[in-house]
Amino acid sequence: MSTSKPQAKSLSGAVLVAGAGIAGMQSSLDLAAAGYKVYLLDRNISIGGVMAQLDKTFPTNDCSTCMISPKLIEVAADPNIEIISRAELMELQGEPGNFTAKVHKAPRFIDEDKCSGCGECVKVCPVEVPADFNQGLGKRKAIFRHFPQAVPSAFAVDKLGVSPCKNACPAGISVQGYVALIAQGRYREALELIRRDNPLPAVCGRVCTHPCEAACARAEVDEPIAIRELKRFVADWEVAQGEPNLPEVPIQDQEKVAIIGAGPAGLTCAYYLALAGYRPTVFEALGVTGGMLRVGIPDYRLPPQVLNYEIEYIRSCGVQIKLNSALGRDYSLADLKAQGFSAVFVSLGAHQGMRLGVEGEELEGVQSGVDFLRLAGIGAAQNPGRRVAVIGGGNVAVDAARTALRLGSEEVTILYRRTKQEMPAYEEEVVEALEEGVKVEFLAAPISFQGDKGLLKRVEVIRMELGEPDQSGRRRPVPMEGSQYTIEVDGVLSAIGQHPDASCLDEDCGVEVARASRLVADPLTLQTSQPWVFAGGDAITGPATVVEAIQAGKAAAESIRRFLRGEDLRQGRDLVRKVARADSKGLAKEPRRHPSHRLPEERREGFEEVVQAFSEEQARSEAARCLACGICSECYQCVEACQAQAIDHAMPTQDLELKVGAVIMAPGFVPFDAHGKPEFGYGRYANVVTSLEFERINSASGPYGGHVQRPGDGKEPKRVAWIQCVGSRDASIGRDYCSYVCCMYASKQAIIAQEHVPGLEASIFFMDIRAQGKGFDRYYERAKNEHGVRYVRSMPSRLLEDPQTGNLTMQYFNDQDELVEETFDMVVLSVGLVPHPAGVELAGRLRVETDRFGFATRQGLNPLATNRDGIYVCGVFQAPRDIPDTVMQASGAAAEAGALLAPARGSQVSDTEFPPERQVTGDSPKTGVFVCHCGINIGSVVDVPDVVNYAQSLPGVEMAEEYIFTCSTDSQEKMAQAIKERGLNRVVVASCSPRTHEPLFQETLRKAGLNPYLFEMANIRDQCSWVHQSQHSAATDKAKDLVRMSVARAGLLQPLHRFPTPVVQAALVIGGGLAGLTATLSLADQGFFTHLVEQGPELGGLAKRLHRSLEGFDIKTHLAKLIDQVTHNGLIKVHLGAKVLDTKGHIGSFVSRLKVGEQEERVEHGALILASGAQEYRPTEYDYAQDERVLTQLELHQNLHENPKSLSGVKQVVMIQCVGSRNEEHSYCSRICCSQAVANALAIKRLKPECEVTVLFRDIRTFSLKELWYQEARKAGVRFVRFDQEAPPQSQVEEASILVKVRDAILGEDLELTADRLVLSAAVRPREDAHRLASDLKLPLDTDGFFMEAHLKLRPVDFVNAGFFLAGAAHGPKFAEEVIAQAKAAAARAATVLSRSEMMVGGEVAVVDAERCVACLTCVRTCPYGVPQVNEEGVVFIDPAACQGCGSCASACPRKLIQVQHHTDAQIIAKATAI
Amino acid sequence: MNQKYEPKILALLCTYCTYTAADMAGSMRLQYPPNVRVVKLLCTGKVDVAYLLEAFRAGADAVMVSGCEIGDCHFLEGNLRAKERVEHAKSLLDELGLGSGRLEMFHIGASDAPKWAAAVEQMNRRALELGPNPLGRRATGPARPSEELTR
Repeated sequence: MSTSKPQAKSLSGAVLVAGAGIAGMQSSLDLAAAGYKVYLLDRNISIGGVMAQLDKTFPTNDCSTCMISPKLIEVAADPNIEIISRAELMELQGEPGNFTAKVHKAPRFIDEDKCSGCGECVKVCPVEVPADFNQGLGKRKAIFRHFPQAVPSAFAVDKLGVSPCKNACPAGISVQGYVALIAQGRYREALELIRRDNPLPAVCGRVCTHPCEAACARAEVDEPIAIRELKRFVADWEVAQGEPNLPEVPIQDQEKVAIIGAGPAGLTCAYYLALAGYRPTVFEALGVTGGMLRVGIPDYRLPPQVLNYEIEYIRSCGVQIKLNSALGRDYSLADLKAQGFSAVFVSLGAHQGMRLGVEGEELEGVQSGVDFLRLAGIGAAQNPGRRVAVIGGGNVAVDAARTALRLGSEEVTILYRRTKQEMPAYEEEVVEALEEGVKVEFLAAPISFQGDKGLLKRVEVIRMELGEPDQSGRRRPVPMEGSQYTIEVDGVLSAIGQHPDASCLDEDCGVEVARASRLVADPLTLQTSQPWVFAGGDAITGPATVVEAIQAGKAAAESIRRFLRGEDLRQGRDLVRKVARADSKGLAKEPRRHPSHRLPEERREGFEEVVQAFSEEQARSEAARCLACGICSECYQCVEACQAQAIDHAMPTQDLELKVGAVIMAPGFVPFDAHGKPEFGYGRYANVVTSLEFERINSASGPYGGHVQRPGDGKEPKRVAWIQCVGSRDASIGRDYCSYVCCMYASKQAIIAQEHVPGLEASIFFMDIRAQGKGFDRYYERAKNEHGVRYVRSMPSRLLEDPQTGNLTMQYFNDQDELVEETFDMVVLSVGLVPHPAGVELAGRLRVETDRFGFATRQGLNPLATNRDGIYVCGVFQAPRDIPDTVMQASGAAAEAGALLAPARGSQVSDTEFPPERQVTGDSPKTGVFVCHCGINIGSVVDVPDVVNYAQSLPGVEMAEEYIFTCSTDSQEKMAQAIKERGLNRVVVASCSPRTHEPLFQETLRKAGLNPYLFEMANIRDQCSWVHQSQHSAATDKAKDLVRMSVARAGLLQPLHRFPTPVVQAALVIGGGLAGLTATLSLADQGFFTHLVEQGPELGGLAKRLHRSLEGFDIKTHLAKLIDQVTHNGLIKVHLGAKVLDTKGHIGSFVSRLKVGEQEERVEHGALILASGAQEYRPTEYDYAQDERVLTQLELHQNLHENPKSLSGVKQVVMIQCVGSRNEEHSYCSRICCSQAVANALAIKRLKPECEVTVLFRDIRTFSLKELWYQEARKAGVRFVRFDQEAPPQSQVEEASILVKVRDAILGEDLELTADRLVLSAAVRPREDAHRLASDLKLPLDTDGFFMEAHLKLRPVDFVNAGFFLAGAAHGPKFAEEVIAQAKAAAARAATVLSRSEMMVGGEVAVVDAERCVACLTCVRTCPYGVPQVNEEGVVFIDPAACQGCGSCASACPRKLIQVQHHTDAQIIAKATAI
Repeated sequence: MNQKYEPKILALLCTYCTYTAADMAGSMRLQYPPNVRVVKLLCTGKVDVAYLLEAFRAGADAVMVSGCEIGDCHFLEGNLRAKERVEHAKSLLDELGLGSGRLEMFHIGASDAPKWAAAVEQMNRRALELGPNPLGRRATGPARPSEELTR
């Protein structure tokens, strides 16, 4: 606790909160309100955590969204909270109070400030993945937002990295993207996407070597996606449509660029230069275009009309092609320069066949394969001979062989010197060649060609064998001595390789040429040694693939563009991206589609194309096989759809360094992965779901729109079972703790499911029902008795699915110990809570200790501390708990950080400075109406110009204008300018929802010198254009009506000011027990003077009787130290023997009257914490107080620690649970007694191992980590016997011992136990004076007599009465560590009031017309907060500091003398009657 | 000139629950009749019988009030107050001869967008069945052909 504090000047006034679930949000709100800057980090794209996923919450069945969405907005709107989404804390350096936090923020790829949340991007995104927010039920897009109310409201892109296919593609085409678009039938978009990186899709769709397919992750399941065929399909589709979809080409007015060679590299370069506005001219040496595409690839693989189409396409974009213009022959590089070309791209290709160097190569009949194919390409090739040998194993060899067949050769044999494995030709082509009758001789090489009269006759061949691997890694072929043989041929086609011909370059042109005539260029930029000359394609690489040539052309175009603009050629071009690979585990096989081939005998007849295109059906179903490795496919459809231009697929990762004084860890949990309990068939049986899935199924915003149905077949289930403790209380899987919430959420889900499906039979299979929280037991009883939920005490062992019906058969033992089989339509697994793995990792990085489960290790009685000073923890990451406990801890953690950093409070928060407000009172309305198109969200449905015209005609409207996006920064500036220039005094914005955007526009008013209350909004998007999409005229009429209504109200708006009222920066704490002491010290540590009022003569309360906690933590020493610190703290005044008589005033400024002895004192304070404690029930049962051997657990605890001798001779101890709890009169669970019994039983066993201890119980409620001690007790030999409420144990006091009779509900037998001590687990009861206190302070009590918090879930330490807070057992039974957490929470909440010297009050509050008020008290009775009070003048006064603004009083006032400011009757009626 | 009667429905909604649900219906692109005009209140506890009667006097064919689910009110019991007042106003409508069917109270939680859309459908159907408000419509809006007819 208050250890020596760091110096103020070195302290940071900022806190980092890691994890933005409800815990992180609450900590942030409390800290921000107390004057600290907060960085709120979450790994997810939005805040809210698991609570945002819940449907309803127990025990009130409150809607979770209803509760959390205002909190989300509050966090978003708080200027002192900076939400950093998709972020993780990587490292923390420095000292407590002064850390440097290194934060890694992954990009969301959408600018949060620009995104208007319209969702147009979602519509066009082709990628669907399981919806994580819906626990994988249903789908979401790769561009997404978890739920409509999400904060931040911007969408995000789910991008795991670059997909393997795109990564493997030399041209970097978004392969996954066009595959996804094809799957959706969006062929035009798919083709556009391909053409972003490759202008030759029809060519590549036929002849590409498809490295993408080799990388495809689908291969791990069955076969890769047929990507090339898909590309061909869309390319051919466009041809079939009859009209090329040409890109927009800018006016080509920039420099001229020369491109040498009209092959794929040259054409590509020309195309992209044309699109960039340059004037490219392609010079081609041959009389035909296409380079190797035309003169290297035979027509049966690439039909000339396909090539012509694509070249024509490129030409249409402004590319000039000059044929028969050969470099070196017709012009030189210097000529080009002289002709005004500013840059040149040399892509000569590699057309020169390599010579074999074999005797007889000059004979007639021996020709180069490349030359042969070139002639074939221009239709000039002759039949190469009846019997032809083709030398080589590459594609040219196979192409030449097949071409020869088509030109009339009868026998064609390929001689290849290695084996089939080494053959570089594509396998598919070899297969086709073989089908057509080509023969292949492996391990054979020519050693000479022999002829007659210069005419080839035969070839002498030698057999080869494979030796050691050579440089290429392939085994080197070695001739086998004496294996020569000859074959008779009349033609030889030599195809052992080709190289460029650089002889066309002048020697003095300055371009470096390397071995094998290859030009030398920078591999990244393709710049040669002559800066204005770039070179690429086969000319520099030697023969390579089409797609590599395309890559070169594209790279050259980019380099030339940069070169001509004087930009850096290299920057940003060698980025290595993370490759994402889909997890293919467990996916069902689905074979690849194959295109049909023409029959081999037909093929040989001519040059018709061999492979046919996919049918549309084939293409779509093939594309649907894609695993979407990267998730985002980078199809860029969203970029085009986003009118706000908010999307940036290249958004970088950010590494931030934040100065913070403290860190709060709130990483939360994940639900237990139910696959870990295979006996229940989760993942195999469709109708077995987890509880969180069922939560989504129940939710109206869930995958089925709130219709309860089976995932398997959509049928409504009638019989549903819940299996409890899945992943909890289970040592076999290392999860032996209790998860706290499952019993209750299962009960809730059963009730809600019944609401959805009347007559639904709900059965819950459980071990113990753990309903230890406030209101829980009553809820459980109601589920059981009123809703008829069947609770079966049994642990089912397994589930079996009937494959026909999808029903599930469960086996379990019933209470008669018989094995029963029962069938259900659906089974819900109540999965436990597992500390978030990312939290565990974070803890590892921060060196925060975690236990064997991964929860932050408790360091002592303070559950909020970690082993590292300055790092605090809260929520489920500390231990399994429910929402209120989480919220309490979150506030408590805020108090801890606040105490550490108190001297730096306020140092890092800033208030925005605004210009002075213009006076408008008395001026007639001059309203400006601003109507938003919201891109096309409104504008495509509502006729915005018509609305603007209409608005102009309305009375009081000075001007009306339209904006594409009203919320964009430039529109805001224009609005501010209009306000000033046109003298507007009212503003109406017709756009989206005021819930999300009103504060933004109000700030604009303020900046323009107008009071922010002179603003009114018409929601013409969310509640008009979006919901009447097909009714344009009706939606336009409605928009006009909504504008008219807003204008009508706007005319009546008045400026409103909140005004400061001084805050007494001191607190009053009632109760000097553990809660009061802790709260007091926490307040003092945070720098606030605190009065502690204790009615007894000394401090300590009930805790004085406590020694050790169940976990062994020393309460006694802790308490003593606490009392000492409180007593000696200069900021604390202890009032012993004192009572609070009454408290008057309002939040920030109370006056309490204390009675100390006979004296009366007045204490002023700004906040009050009530911590008056509770008491142990004094049982009237079991002869308690009649016989000293009958005692309560607390008394036993004291004996064990203070006077262990008193237990000498005790051999048998019987404990009875629930004495005074869970009965009709007191229908709540006292929470602590089960653990108390376990603690005492263990203490006895430690003291006297031979002593028999029997605990008679109804349900053992050792929740959360306390479960471990229950198991410990069982191991230690403590006997636990369950009894039913209807058959409670009976006792009989005898002289020697006490006789206890009980019916064992498990065995069904009557037991008789003798006891030397009978220990009663007596209930925790409200203090006897709680009623008096409640009535003196006007604070509410709940049905059990404990003090009632403002809201069971989210305001567990606040009273409804503003400025009053609550802590400790006065609120309900609690353990010491819970009391401590809650006390600190109350201190944090009080600090939000006390941290400012003045607070702003007023604004939208109720005001009484005091002149005419007759004090009829209607409002006093109506106000749910008890705010209206009759003052000294005898009229009602409504304290603006306390009023919540709901207006219940105003509407109830019979004389209409109460008006809520900004919501006056006149304003509302004006709006309502202008419909 | 035999054009269809299009009812005008006024809806008074509380911020935290039903107004949020109505926004969400937009996010979900649920489609419902365009005849409803929403006025947002902080809490339905602010609903005054006078607002309801004035709306009818201005020509609303139906009025709906919708707040939080029972027990969920952010202001504890505002929705209960509204419920009482709506009941009272209904009895007045019966007395006036307008008929209580033109007014209804709903309870729609923030995540229940489909329920909002269904509620509008329901009120629209009802308004169609009951026919135009016999008090006629105050000439406030853009002249719509339907308005001419219903006078």
